Amino acid sequence: MKMDGGQALIRALELEGVDVLFGLPGGAILPVYDPIIDSSIRHILVRHEQGAGHMAEGYAHATGRPGVAMVTSGPGATNIVTPLCDAHLDSVPMVVITGQVPYAAIGTDAFQECDTTGITQSVTKHNFLVSDAQDIPRTIKEAFHIATTGRPGPVLVDIPKDIVDPDSPRSTLEWTDDVEMDLPGYSPQADVDPVAIAAAADLIRAAERPVLYVGGGILKARAAEALKELAELTGIHVVTTLMARGAFPDSHDLCLGMPGMHGNFTAVTAMQESDLLIALGARFDDRITGRLDGFAQAAKVIHVDIDAAELGKVCRPDVAILGDCRVAIEALVADLASNGVGGADRGAWRSRVSGWQERFPLSYEQAQAGDALKPQMVIERLRDATPDDTIVTSGVGQHQMWASQYWSFEYPYTWINSGGLGTMGFSIPAAIGAKAGCPDKMVWAVDGDGCFQMTAQELVTATVEKIPIKVALLNNSYLGMVRQWQEMFYDERYSEVSLSKDVPDYKGWAESMGCVAMRVDSPEEVDAAIAKANEVDDRPVVIDFRVAAAEKVYPMVPPGASNSDLVVPPSQQDQQR
Amino acid sequence: MNEQRGAGSTSQHHVPDYRYHTLVVTVENKSGVLARLAALFSRRGFNIESLAVAPTDDERFSRVTVVVDLESAPLEQIIKQLDKLVNVVNIRELHPGHAVERELMIVTVAAGPDRRDELVEQLDRAGGKVLSVGADAMMLSLVGPPPRVDEFEELLGQYGIIELQRTGRVALANLDEDD
Repeated sequence: MKMDGGQALIRALELEGVDVLFGLPGGAILPVYDPIIDSSIRHILVRHEQGAGHMAEGYAHATGRPGVAMVTSGPGATNIVTPLCDAHLDSVPMVVITGQVPYAAIGTDAFQECDTTGITQSVTKHNFLVSDAQDIPRTIKEAFHIATTGRPGPVLVDIPKDIVDPDSPRSTLEWTDDVEMDLPGYSPQADVDPVAIAAAADLIRAAERPVLYVGGGILKARAAEALKELAELTGIHVVTTLMARGAFPDSHDLCLGMPGMHGNFTAVTAMQESDLLIALGARFDDRITGRLDGFAQAAKVIHVDIDAAELGKVCRPDVAILGDCRVAIEALVADLASNGVGGADRGAWRSRVSGWQERFPLSYEQAQAGDALKPQMVIERLRDATPDDTIVTSGVGQHQMWASQYWSFEYPYTWINSGGLGTMGFSIPAAIGAKAGCPDKMVWAVDGDGCFQMTAQELVTATVEKIPIKVALLNNSYLGMVRQWQEMFYDERYSEVSLSKDVPDYKGWAESMGCVAMRVDSPEEVDAAIAKANEVDDRPVVIDFRVAAAEKVYPMVPPGASNSDLVVPPSQQDQQR
Repeated sequence: MNEQRGAGSTSQHHVPDYRYHTLVVTVENKSGVLARLAALFSRRGFNIESLAVAPTDDERFSRVTVVVDLESAPLEQIIKQLDKLVNVVNIRELHPGHAVERELMIVTVAAGPDRRDELVEQLDRAGGKVLSVGADAMMLSLVGPPPRVDEFEELLGQYGIIELQRTGRVALANLDEDD
């Protein structure tokens, strides 16, 4: 069957099961926007291309299916570079289609031309510049395959205008339903080496102070249930990194919560004092290890990862297991179930862990009468007033850490944030993407005022497209995390961190974008505002919570310090460690 | 760096030079692949000592011989990161001392008529060729194992090198050796 490249592109996306496409048209991608009118795919028109990228990420995080965005050439493409890099660092499956100037014009500095594949090479898992219309169906198939298999990641497909424009003779192609992929250099390995599994099981049986160190890879591998089985079979405690919150229920007896720079004392210290770290889909990020030569010095390491380059990159494992996390965990469970979980005495370890939990819970000073609202308290109230399966997204900074610390995550895929890249402004578009993918779930974006001002325009998208997300804006009128660093490490010399208390008027701004908006100044107003927001289901809601400006995130491992030098909140500083 | 590269050049047998490893990388013969390799080396801070690229007998693939500097990164990381490039089909590590390595140098040397005989004699001994002769200079070529090329390049210093170009090394595994 003859068709033009634009039709073939949309048809190929439909065949991949794409139901939502986030994008914004422009000159070079115009011909592909015409067949969208007749397609079953829902297109969500964003207000800035960065929004399209983060929406695709939010969609992918929430649904497990690849997020798809489509933008034009030049500035459209450069505006989506940040989401690509974000998805690359957090291993988010995403396919981005960019328009390009006609093939013959490439290299001439044509209008809205940029070297998109060159620019995005280091922030994508792979990218393609398609030169012939006939290659479109195969390239789309390859792009989705690469984005979703092995270690997932973003793939970009750059499409010159002349191969999709029906007025161009170069756009005609012969459509066939079966196209073969041609990827001789790509063969991710999911199966695991049974010898390594047996060696890992032996280490687990012998360990007296083991910790399951669980990263975002566990969610990508859909391995939360297998993890629960492994933890319960062995009775080993679990820490869930910022990228893995929700992979193991926070309410579970074996859950120690989040480790890392702002992890809780018990999670950080249990890793630090462990004799066996079982790293599952985690990559020993600097925010987890603290100063590397002071990290978990007595621990042997089992490292499971689907990316061979992660094995030995930061930390030399005693047992390296290359492959899919779920396959590896199931193999470990099978070995431990049939050969026994071992007789190592972990009684002393368990009492040390519970001692830490008693002495060093997450805590903050409650507001006294007349004090400003505490941001942690807002998170707690929000947590208690929403269903357990509520999806929470966040931006980057203090509010992100408080959300991760004080929320109780009971289900996988309910926490969506920007971990590796630390992209301010992530939460609102990510929430829109998550809600578009999971319309039946309640979606709350926890945001800061610095972040909000970076991507708030997408609330217009949410209103117009009827995607009723809710935003809890923790407004301290500061770039709070930077302020905290300046207070703690730059002698309280505050440089360029103060945002205005008076402008913008967030309530007025949100209302102008079609949202229901409220402003909350005192603790007594919090519950009523949240209850009101939860009742709105036909438009977005923004609550401007005016919170205490000087509040700091605790605990904290100072930059460059060892995890053993974790700084606990002032109220715990006299406690015996 | 030159000091290191010349190490072992006085011996008949190739003395393994462990700072540098040779990787033979088979890549898809597609536009932009060399840029991907170069970008990876730059992004990850891997230093390259030399790089040679040419098509293979199979037109779908090209062969890249790259000599990597192990002071900049561990070999294992370099190989694993390279392997993640979708267009990289195969990577073969040629262990030092277990491969035949060759490099081509062409060089223009200052040499008036009075010094030519002496220079040609040295060239013959090294196995090189005279490509062209001018009034005050000669253009020479030499193909050989990189240490021998280094050695000859050093020797030419006394005449005065006007212009010099080396290809970077290409290599194949020794016959009858398990890789």
